[in-house]
Amino acid sequence: MTKIVKTTANILFPFTMIFGLYVIAHGHLTPGGGFQGGAIVASGCALLLVAYGSPWVFDHIKDKRLATFESLGAIGFITIGLLGLIFGAVFFGNFLAGSGSLFGTTPATGSTLADFNTGGVLPLMNFAVGVKVIAGLFVIILVMAYASSIKEWS
Amino acid sequence: MEKRTVAGALAFSIVVVFFLFSIFLLHPFGKPGQVQMDDYIITHTQNETGTNNGVTSVVFDYRGFDTLGEATILFSAVAGVLLLFRRVRH
Repeated sequence: MTKIVKTTANILFPFTMIFGLYVIAHGHLTPGGGFQGGAIVASGCALLLVAYGSPWVFDHIKDKRLATFESLGAIGFITIGLLGLIFGAVFFGNFLAGSGSLFGTTPATGSTLADFNTGGVLPLMNFAVGVKVIAGLFVIILVMAYASSIKEWS
Repeated sequence: MEKRTVAGALAFSIVVVFFLFSIFLLHPFGKPGQVQMDDYIITHTQNETGTNNGVTSVVFDYRGFDTLGEATILFSAVAGVLLLFRRVRH
């Protein structure tokens, strides 16, 4: 693409990253969550793909590594659910809520100021789903863009 | 008239009739029907899940199994795309 598009993408890319990661990290406090923040970050990566072209991105980020991150997110999500089965009562049980340890603070009832250290397993699940959605959406866009950019299908 | 046009008009009119029926069968604005579960979640979210965000508590805690299904859909989509385009790489 032209220099204008590249410069605009260079400016917008870090802000998109920070906003998406903020949405993921504050998923238990503000609107949004793992899926939404992951979609924002993946769209930022798609902006990079549009500006620099898929062969350039393919040289720097391997799709196998992205697929590995996607699988890691899925494994982490299911592992947290199974930990709920072991330590709590049920599958996907929130065994960290109210325990006083990591993310274990219980907020006061009613409209209160947001405390980051709340939510039990929800921030961990948000993180796992966020990693999964970032890697999954980006690898879909990347592989399909690369496939449409080359002439010969070997 | 062609058969395709007749079939299209018939299908469109059927959809329009069902939409009109469903519009008139909606509950009035501001008066939801069953509110027991809404009230329970709004009242107990902060005590049970320790979260200020009720929507996230529903998505990841009360209805965590649905989220597992969504994650499975995304995973299968990624697996299908990588399987379909794997011959493209050199």
